[in-house]
Amino acid sequence: MENHVKKHPGYSTYIFVWLALLAFTSITVTVAGIDLGNYTMLVALGIAAIKSVLVINIFMHIKYEEKIFKVFLLLSLFTLLSIFILTLFDIIYR
Amino acid sequence: MANGKDTVAENFYNQSTNKHTGILSWLLTVDHKRIGLMYLYAILTFFVVGVIIGLLMRLELIAPGRQLMDAQTYNALFTLHGVIMIFLFIIPGLPAIFGNFFLPIQLGARDVAFPRLNLLSFYVYLAGAFLALLSLFLPGGPIDTGWTFYIPYSVRSTTNVSLAIFAAFVLGFSSILTGINFVTTVHRLRAPGMTFFKMPLFIWATYATAWIQIIATPVIGITILLVMVERAFGVGIFDPALGGDPILFQHMFWIYSHPAVYIMILPAMGVVSEIIPTFVRRTIFGYKAIAISSLAIAFVGYLVWAHHMFTSGMSDTARWIFSLLTFIVALPSGVKVFNWVATMYKGSIDPKPPFLWVMNFIFLFSIGGLTGLVLGSLATDIHLHDTYFVVAHFHYVMFGGTGTIFFAALHYWFPKMFGKMYNDRLARIAVVLFFVGFNLLYFPKFILGYMGMPRRYYDYLPQFEPLQFVSTVGSWILAGTIFFIIGYLIHALLKGKKATSNPWGGVTLEWHIPSPPPLENFKEIPTVTHEPYDFSQLKEMKDE
Ligand code: HEM
Ligand SMILES: [Cu+2]
Repeated sequence: MENHVKKHPGYSTYIFVWLALLAFTSITVTVAGIDLGNYTMLVALGIAAIKSVLVINIFMHIKYEEKIFKVFLLLSLFTLLSIFILTLFDIIYR
Repeated sequence: MANGKDTVAENFYNQSTNKHTGILSWLLTVDHKRIGLMYLYAILTFFVVGVIIGLLMRLELIAPGRQLMDAQTYNALFTLHGVIMIFLFIIPGLPAIFGNFFLPIQLGARDVAFPRLNLLSFYVYLAGAFLALLSLFLPGGPIDTGWTFYIPYSVRSTTNVSLAIFAAFVLGFSSILTGINFVTTVHRLRAPGMTFFKMPLFIWATYATAWIQIIATPVIGITILLVMVERAFGVGIFDPALGGDPILFQHMFWIYSHPAVYIMILPAMGVVSEIIPTFVRRTIFGYKAIAISSLAIAFVGYLVWAHHMFTSGMSDTARWIFSLLTFIVALPSGVKVFNWVATMYKGSIDPKPPFLWVMNFIFLFSIGGLTGLVLGSLATDIHLHDTYFVVAHFHYVMFGGTGTIFFAALHYWFPKMFGKMYNDRLARIAVVLFFVGFNLLYFPKFILGYMGMPRRYYDYLPQFEPLQFVSTVGSWILAGTIFFIIGYLIHALLKGKKATSNPWGGVTLEWHIPSPPPLENFKEIPTVTHEPYDFSQLKEMKDE
């Protein structure tokens, strides 16, 4: 599309992000061995969230795309968040 | 443009998108209309298989005690019937057949945005169907868990659960691909002048549906993979014996499967919003409200899934919250029904068969919708959950709703798709027979359920016999009608009168082009100036 000329990242960025993803994965694995009690889930989800931000923005190019794609993505994320919250009404109060 | 006189002209039947002729020119086609028709033939075939299984189950239930089959066979049959009807018939039905055929035309486009992806989605669909079929014949035997695949039984059953649910996984991909294609098409390929609020309502509905297909389907995908991992490696995710949470499975299953009921019904509502204005000769009442309510339903539809789980043992807080939210979804649906009725008010109604099918729809779907509220209320659901009341309810909404509109759409667009007219009188008879058969088959199930007849049993107590018998008689009438319809439509295909380009006096873009349409639909991409249901253009269309 017309404004698709925005700069795409170079290889170094990709490699850097890839290494970061590997690092986060090893953190996840390590943390899984530690007993964090109620926070286990929160930490795992937090790390996963950071990883998906990286993948979506860099590998999937959303950062460099038109606004409409970001709107779509945010709406989907909002839906996902609603689903999480509603599920928690069961998990927390069960 | 065509006056109906030059129908020998080129159309998509005699124009190919590839160098092949004959069957290959169809199998490798990227024309959205041919792909839509291939979907029609495949989906109709599975539908007929599903109906035959339904007949067999009803025969078993004609009297108490064993009639034709043992309990295990019955378990396999209702599972297969459910899987076929849900994943192979009703979810892909309207978008893949009529969406494919008419969405680009109504938008004023030559094809969908990704024609090859479109063909791929068809073959992914066939692959999924093939895997489901294969799972029936491999050692282990047909899956017997019900179409809901509830844990823990689906982890412990020795039948071919993994393969069968993998088939559902593959079918999900087909659905996602179709969704992506439609969203992109709507955003990128609208004809000049076709603003969002000039789009026909069928497009609005298909567009909202496409979003659900894209966002919700991955949830069932990952759930299925987790069950497969659990079965293969004994990882405790859902099965409590392995340390898992069975209610989590139900959450994840319904986080997809409730929005999926909107994948089924939204396109049907879109078709209704096309048919009513055409046969009332009046612009639709509350166009914007209907358009927006599609999006509203798509969104709110994500927030109510756990109304399927009131008896599952989830928390009380979640139970009342989901019961409350369920009542809210009724609002946007109500918006549509009232707008349809308001459209008919003081219109000059021309009750042709497609319109009569819509009347069938409004009646049956209203019964389905209202009994849905009975089930959505926490207190009454405790009594009715997993009884025949539920079976009656979902047949009324899915079959009476979307299934009826499948026939409505077929009767409405048949002349355009095939260039032939069917016999009007036979079609009217079919509407009446369908109505009688349908209610005889399913209405007794409401009463049976209320009396305590549980679902998914091949046998029952003697006091249920009279109503069970009525229900079985209904199944003969209903199935007979379905075969009758298929029969006269095939007859029309072979011997029917030629259809003009606009037999019903519709005004959306598909009625501006010849029947059947040429390859790439338009000689020249039209410029849209009218509102979608502006019947003042009928005069100019006469001289086109
Ligand atoms: C003539 C047509 C049909 C007949 C005779 C029929 C009959 C039945 C019967 C007897 C059952 C089993 C009830 C039980 O024992 O619990 C059933 C279940 C079911 N039907 Fe139909 N049906 C027909 C059409 C349809 C259609 C068109 C759909 C969907 C659009 C559909 C969807 C289902 C589903 C989802 C189930 C539940 C399966 C399960 O419990 O896992 N049926 N049907
Ligand atoms: Cu639901």
